[in-house]
Amino acid sequence: MIEVKDLTVRYGGVTSLDGMNLRFEQGVCGLIGPNGAGKTTFFNVLSGFVRPASGSVTAFGDDLLRMAHFRRARWGIRRTFQTEQAISSLTVFDNVAMIHSKLRGSARRDDILGSIDYVGGGVTPWAKVGSLTAGQRRLVEVARAVAGKPRLVLLDEPAAGLPDEETEHLTTVIKRIPEQTGALTILVDHDMSLVSAVCETTAVLDFGKLIASGPTAQVLRDEHVMRAYLGTAEVI
Amino acid sequence: MSHVIDTADTAGPKASVGRRGPAMDRRALTRATVIVVLLLLALFALPPIMSAYYTITMIQVAIYSIVTLGLGLLVGRVGLYSLGQLAVLTIGAWVGARLLFGTSQPYILVIIEAGLATMIIGSLITLPALRLRGLYLALITLMLAGAVAVVLQTLNFPNGGGGFSGYNGSQLHVPQIRRPSFAGTDPAFYRFSVIVAIVMFLLVFAHLRTRPGRAWAAIRQSEPSALAAGINTTFYKLWAMALASFVTGVAGALLAGADRVLFSIDFPIQNSIQLLAVVLMGGAFSLAGAVVAAFLQSLLPSALYNLWHVQDDWLIILFGVGVMQVLATAPGGLADQFPKDMKRLYGAIRRLFGGSRGAHAVSTARKGGDPA
Repeated sequence: MIEVKDLTVRYGGVTSLDGMNLRFEQGVCGLIGPNGAGKTTFFNVLSGFVRPASGSVTAFGDDLLRMAHFRRARWGIRRTFQTEQAISSLTVFDNVAMIHSKLRGSARRDDILGSIDYVGGGVTPWAKVGSLTAGQRRLVEVARAVAGKPRLVLLDEPAAGLPDEETEHLTTVIKRIPEQTGALTILVDHDMSLVSAVCETTAVLDFGKLIASGPTAQVLRDEHVMRAYLGTAEVI
Repeated sequence: MSHVIDTADTAGPKASVGRRGPAMDRRALTRATVIVVLLLLALFALPPIMSAYYTITMIQVAIYSIVTLGLGLLVGRVGLYSLGQLAVLTIGAWVGARLLFGTSQPYILVIIEAGLATMIIGSLITLPALRLRGLYLALITLMLAGAVAVVLQTLNFPNGGGGFSGYNGSQLHVPQIRRPSFAGTDPAFYRFSVIVAIVMFLLVFAHLRTRPGRAWAAIRQSEPSALAAGINTTFYKLWAMALASFVTGVAGALLAGADRVLFSIDFPIQNSIQLLAVVLMGGAFSLAGAVVAAFLQSLLPSALYNLWHVQDDWLIILFGVGVMQVLATAPGGLADQFPKDMKRLYGAIRRLFGGSRGAHAVSTARKGGDPA
């Protein structure tokens, strides 16, 4: 469970998040909104790259904003970035082993191999990441996110730029993250078919404010959401 | 997923993977064999055939390969551009010389102590610079090198005198820095230096293959992503600095025994810049690159002078052109480019002598398609 209260982030004179309030209980939750709505800023606050002007974030009873950024990963936050971050000169195993984990020895090893096995898609532990396809490299990043007992998984546009078949595989992988790891998963994406296929609940940001939140199908039909996305309330 | 086709690379090891790890493939085995053969040649075949002059030069190559190893680690693996490594080397040489004059400890112990002392000093003085990257880190470390050079000019290298500095300016006959009993002669000291270098390379190799190596790779790729993976980036950058300072300090203590008399004018600041240039040319991303860089740093100037009487001053221009060439055409440096060129040459020769059949095979392999 994550609870965000009155979160405000300012970059100079620009207010990126404007008193945002949000509550996600469990499962895969979607966070959508037009460009510049503050989705990535929200992730940056959670991972500690941006210090909010005010507000609080509580996840599973812990105050996230008080932790140093590398400690948040140790607490259990995992995230992927919009740009690709898998390291091509290392093997898949080494890429996943980079994640901080409380496990040791063979338990740690089994956890890493299990995460790679979980994402599937032809990704094998000892292959160099440089020899993989773009879709497989994304899967390596997802494997990183599910390794080492995560509690909160943040996925920032994981399907951007992928061909349809690979997006399809990614959909099934993301959908099963909560049952696989028990982590609350937050997905930011522009691909509405991915969001509606994967997320049980969805929240919509616009100009740094939450404008809608609830069951995905209901939210996507919401008048305000359509206006934010399309500038009109006409049904497409 | 059926549509994702395993490439040859991923399908090969699959069968032999198991739960223990990757099986050593043929390429790794070949590489290991080549390294062992080259090391055996360097240790046993070279000393009897080298002249006294080239023995001394090769001692420098062995020692500087440790220095370039440390700098290559910082530049290639972590992305920290340091121009202060020569200053770190002089700190190691100073501590080594002081201990060799002041105590009767075994030489190997002195080497380790000099490494540790340099590690502490080197890490402490670079600690404030760790928040900087790129140009700013280079600038700060260059100034650090300048500061160390100034201190050294007034302090001088120990020459058997008393007190903290161990320097006695009035001495007419400067006593030589001692060498280990088993490596008193130049050829023996050369072998000793090569063995110490091998140990240092193994030390760095062990780091690269485990947790710190992965952490450094993550930091080099992107610091935010490393932080998001739970890597304490400041700690691991400091670790890299400490390791680089340690090996460079060890090289300094070796240098004290190799030169036997040390002068501060032998370590001009511009050599720090040259050091970075040869590391980039040799190849900052591989351990072999460090060895190539050491040859460029120590053997090339002597060889050029002896063969064609090329003065040292031309080297800075030569290295400038070299760095430009490397950055433009071979970002992996010579160590990365040379095997590729050899492979290409081998292909060309095979096409030349293998007749039309070989050429045909190569061309179809390149197209990756059906010859029909």
